[in-house]
Parts: sequence; C-alpha cells; structure tokens
Amino acid sequence: MRFAVAAVVGAVVLAGCAPVQSGSAPAGGDEQVGQLRVWLFDEVNRGPKEAVVKEAVTEFEQAHQGVTVDVQYIQVQTRAERFKAAFSDPQSAPDVAEFGNTDLAGYVAGGGFAELDLGTWDEAKDLLPAVLDTGKVDGKVYGVPWYVGVRALYYRTDVFQELNLQPPATLDEIAPLARRIRAAKPDLLGISAGGKYTYGAMPFVWANGGDIARKDGDKYVAAIDSTESKAGLRQYTELIADDICPPAQCAGNGGDASVEAFRAGKAAMVVGGDFNRKSVDASAAAGKYAVVPLPGKKAGEIAPAFAGGNLLGVLKGSERKTLATEFLRLLGGKEYQRKMFDAMGNLPTFGDVQAEVAEANPVLEPFIKTLDAGTRFVPVTPNWAKIDAQAVLPTLLQQVAAGGEDLDKAAKSAADEMNAAFASS
Amino acid sequence: MTMRTAKGDGRIAFAYLAPALLVLVGLMGYPIYQLVLISLFDYGQEQVSGGAPLTFLGLGNYANLLSQDRFWAVLGQTIGFAAVCVLGTLVVGTALAVLATRVRTWARMTLFLAALGAWATPAVAGSTIWLFLFDANFGFVNEVLGTTGMSWTYDKWLAFGLVAAQVIWCSFPFVMVTLYAGIKAIPGEVLEAAALDGASTTRTATSVILPLLRPLLIVVTIQSIIWDFKVFTQIYIMTNGGGIAGRNLVLNVYAYQQAFAASEYGLGASIGVVMTALLLLVTLGYLRALRRSGEAL
Repeated sequence: MRFAVAAVVGAVVLAGCAPVQSGSAPAGGDEQVGQLRVWLFDEVNRGPKEAVVKEAVTEFEQAHQGVTVDVQYIQVQTRAERFKAAFSDPQSAPDVAEFGNTDLAGYVAGGGFAELDLGTWDEAKDLLPAVLDTGKVDGKVYGVPWYVGVRALYYRTDVFQELNLQPPATLDEIAPLARRIRAAKPDLLGISAGGKYTYGAMPFVWANGGDIARKDGDKYVAAIDSTESKAGLRQYTELIADDICPPAQCAGNGGDASVEAFRAGKAAMVVGGDFNRKSVDASAAAGKYAVVPLPGKKAGEIAPAFAGGNLLGVLKGSERKTLATEFLRLLGGKEYQRKMFDAMGNLPTFGDVQAEVAEANPVLEPFIKTLDAGTRFVPVTPNWAKIDAQAVLPTLLQQVAAGGEDLDKAAKSAADEMNAAFASS
Repeated sequence: MTMRTAKGDGRIAFAYLAPALLVLVGLMGYPIYQLVLISLFDYGQEQVSGGAPLTFLGLGNYANLLSQDRFWAVLGQTIGFAAVCVLGTLVVGTALAVLATRVRTWARMTLFLAALGAWATPAVAGSTIWLFLFDANFGFVNEVLGTTGMSWTYDKWLAFGLVAAQVIWCSFPFVMVTLYAGIKAIPGEVLEAAALDGASTTRTATSVILPLLRPLLIVVTIQSIIWDFKVFTQIYIMTNGGGIAGRNLVLNVYAYQQAFAASEYGLGASIGVVMTALLLLVTLGYLRALRRSGEAL
C-alpha cells in the first residue's frame, strides 16, 4: 500500500514540471456548412437588438443552404472569463463575437482573433478612419467597429433656465458653475462626477494636452503624471467635493452610476454617452435636458472624447472562416448598422450612414460634433487590460478626490504601476 | 503489548486510512502542487492559451509581491480585520451559547431559529441585504436613526466595521451551536460536585466548564481564523470591490483584482501560496500555544 501511494505521488510529481498550456489555437478550418456560433453582448433592454439580429440570421440562413446560426448573449461583466475560456478551448468558442474595443489588444495577444481582410469588402472604405483605428493592432485590422460611443455634456435645461445660466464654454467654467447650482439648489449635484468614471475624466486630461501614456518606440510609457495630465486630473477631481458632488456620494461611482444620478433628477449636469440618451429619455430628466459637446480648454474648443464602442471579430480557431467573415460583413454592414441605430440608438461607424442618421436626428448633433472634433483612445497594448483590471486610473482619481492624497504623489504612483504593467511581457 | 503487534496495528491503521489519504492527495495535494508550480512561472492568459512561451521565474513572483508596499499594507489590514472578526464571532457566539443554556425552551428555539437563518443565508445574499439595510438614501437603518443620506460604506473604518459586523453575523451561529452542544455535554454530576465543593459560578465557569470546552474552543477558533482570513464575498460586494481607492482591500480580494482579473495567474498563485503558508503558521502556532498551556494546567 505504501508503495502504491508513493507511486501515485511520484507519478503526480513527474506528470508535469510546468503548468498546463492548451497549445496555441489551431488555424481553424473553412467548412461551408454546419452551425455558425455567434456571441453578442446582453443588454439591459435586449429585445430590439435581438429582433434585428434575428432578421440578419434569417437573411443569412436563407442565403446559405445547410447553415444555421446560433446566437448567444453573454454578460458584459463576465466577458473576461468567457473569452479567456473560449481562447483556451477552441471547441467551445464562437466563430463570430462582439467585444469592447478596449479589450482588443489583450484578446489579440491572447491569440483569440483572426486578422480581417477588408480589401475585398466594398463597404469597408466608408468606415470612419479614426473609428477603424480602434479595431487595429499594429496596423492590422482584427475587428470591424459595429458602433461607436462618445460622451458629451448633459445638462438640465429647467435648472439652467431658472438660475439664468449658460452651459459652460470651457472646462474651467464647469466647477464654478456646478458650485453655483448646488449652492442655489442643495438637493442637486452640481455635476455628477464619479471617482471610478475613467472615461468621464480622461477628456479633461486630453483637453489639457495630457495623455494616459505615450508611445516610445514600440513600448508605451505612462504620461499620466505629466504636468498637462495633472492639470486635467486636478480639474476633474475638483468636481468631487462637498460643494459640487460630495465624495461620500460620488467617489464610488462609475459611468453608469454617475448617469443614474442624472436620470433620477438629482444632478444638474453629467458627462454621458450617446448610448445613454434612450435611458435618460425614459427617466425623471426626460424632456428637461439638453446636450452640448464637452467644452475644451478654450472657448469654442471641444474636449477630445474617448472613442468607445464595440467591434465584431472572427475567432482565430473558427472552423468556418469564410462563413464567419460573411456573417460579420452582413451584421456589421451598413444595412444592419442602420437597423441597429433604429433599434438601440447605436451610432453607426460608416461615414455616410452616420451622416444620414445625424441629419434625421438633430439630437445626435453634439455627439457627431464631438466625434468630428477628434477622439482619443486608450493605449493599444495587451497590458491595458491589466491596468484596467487593476483599477489604476480609478484608484488615482479616488485617492485624490476622496483619500486626501497629494495629486503629484498619486499620479506618480499610478504612472509607476502603469510602467510596470507596460514593461511586463 | 509487544513491538510486533504495535507495528501490525500501525499497518492496519494505515490501510484503513489509505483511501482517505488518496482522496486528500487528489483533492488537496494536487491543487496545492499546481498552485506552487504556477507561482514559479510567468503565467498569464497568453501562456495559458499557448500564445507565448512559459518563462520560469523561480521566486520572481514572490520577490515582486514582497517588494510591494501595497501588499504589506493589505496584509496588515487583513490580519487586523480577521482578528476583529474572530474575536467578535467568539465573544458573540460564546455569550449566546451560554444564554441559550439559561433560558426557557421557547426563547432558545427562537434564538436558534434566528441564528440558523443567519447561518443559512448565502454570503452574497447576506451582504446584499445588509447593503440594502444600510443604504445611504433608502436604508432602514438610516431611516430609524434619522441619518438619511449618510453613507456607511464610504469612510474606511466605518466600512470595515460594517463588513466585520456582517461577517460576525453570519459566522457566530457555528460557534454558538458548537459551544451550546459542548456545554450541554458536560455531565451534571461534575457541576453538582463543583457546587457541593462550594465553587462560585465564576469559579465553576473558569475551572470546570472552560477546561472541558477547550477542544471545542480550539476547533471553532481555528475555523474562524481560517474563515475570516479568507473573507472575499463580503468585502467584494459591500465595499464594491475594495472600497474607495482600494482602502478596504483584504488579501483575497487583492489577489483577485491584481492577479486573476488582470490575468497574472503566476502572481495570483504566489499570493495564494503566501496566504496558505500564513494560515498554516497561525494554526500551528495556536495549536502549540494551546498544548503548552494545557501542560501547565
């Protein structure tokens, strides 16, 4: 018996002197029939999205004999686990998937997505270049932008009228304006600014000439502790204060919670996205708000917005490359982007489609203007996912806004953490 | 008894234990072996899915971890937090166990039902319910206290206190039930003899009941230490992933955030190994201290 145990223990020790690796994803195949698996993100109100997708599926199945399309809706919160599992086990992976553009670099480095050839696709030439850039890693396209999301400044027209105020013309004006509103109406947050709202804060940094990181050769170097960046951070964190947006209420908020305060009618201003418009229209603030581009440093300027949005990509291990690519071109193409706009309000990524919907919907103007003024993006490196998961930027904002820490010190330590992440692998 | 039979006994005992040992090795040994192994490598998502070669780091992950100021701060916080939780759990559990032996049946039943309810509540549900109760704007507690708008999860120490209270709430029933059973198992004759000898209540408690409860106390204390040192759910949910700027982080949440969410499995594994080693040390130290004081008695 003792020998048996010793043998088992010995076998286990010998079995692996290195952790498990799944081996890189096989190049996949190119079958022309069978089931095409698609992953899309679940939404709070999924009905309209599902209807449009169903239409696309029906159209696709009719055009392709012997092909069925299985669409699964996955949760945004658990996407990291789902995608990691899919990359490790190509058998359970989808062929086509929707994913956030900030996750792209990490997914590509993980060997998840295949390079796309846009040359043979007519419609591709109308994709907005700045938006298409968010689907590229090292100049190669891995994702087709399905929609783009930009944020602008929402404000309550009734409050501004009552207090006889004008929307801010520069970033500098926001704090005093918000302070005045809260002084006059103590129930309202001057502006709903969240300590975890990275994409609400970054325009302040970019407008001041700062950045999260800059490229140095083929590596990124943190720039969040530069003088310009710190000026923007100071401007933003100043908003999370008792006389504007009390830290106890605001410091823990991310983007959704920040917009929620505005929806509840408890905030006079908020930085919100075009994707928030429909939900604000169904809230306490409905009919009492307007949107302007977030102003820049000087009057007349627009603060660069973060080019958020989702991409559609084909997985590297897909057994049905051609079918997957064709389905992607259908769902991500002009016709269905247009339909997705009607259903969900998602801003199209084709220049002509976007101009068309903008003309028909004047409410989109501030967002289109923001897009046209130029957008910015997070560093395109797999390490960004790490920095994001480690909450480096939210921690920096919260430390300064609520922790009473010195901005210089907090920015320096955030930069150090980022550089450590950039340097790894 | 000759040496020979003793040896034979040992062999038979081993044969009886072998199946359990096999299961333990399979279920505990192998994962721990993998954990230690992974902690020696640079093992991220790229390595798992085979997109990048494995790099052996030796103790690199540990060196990196131990050189982080943040790690030490979080470690200190975790120890303090666990200590408060263990102490609170033991005090509340013991007090209520004693109370349960002194009250009428219906009161005892009520107490047990309430305690078992708290015990049976899943940690996620319990934490969420507590959050609702202590919500800044709509919470019952703020309504009763007349402090509407006050945030219980904002201030660092208040947030830790609230989470500790929740942890104690869901872990005292175990201590209470165990000790109640222990007290009930003390033979009446022993207590009677003590009373006949003229021992006061305090004297009976410290010289008769406590020594008899010692084995049970050891078990519940070790259990509580291990349990509270590894708290994850309550902190993660109630402080929204570690509080403002991560000031309410404990080791388990820190490991998750820094390592697993960021796909740095090697670093995460090394935090796991450090935690396991610490817990083993604490438990061993505690057992030894108990044995020493037992000898002195």
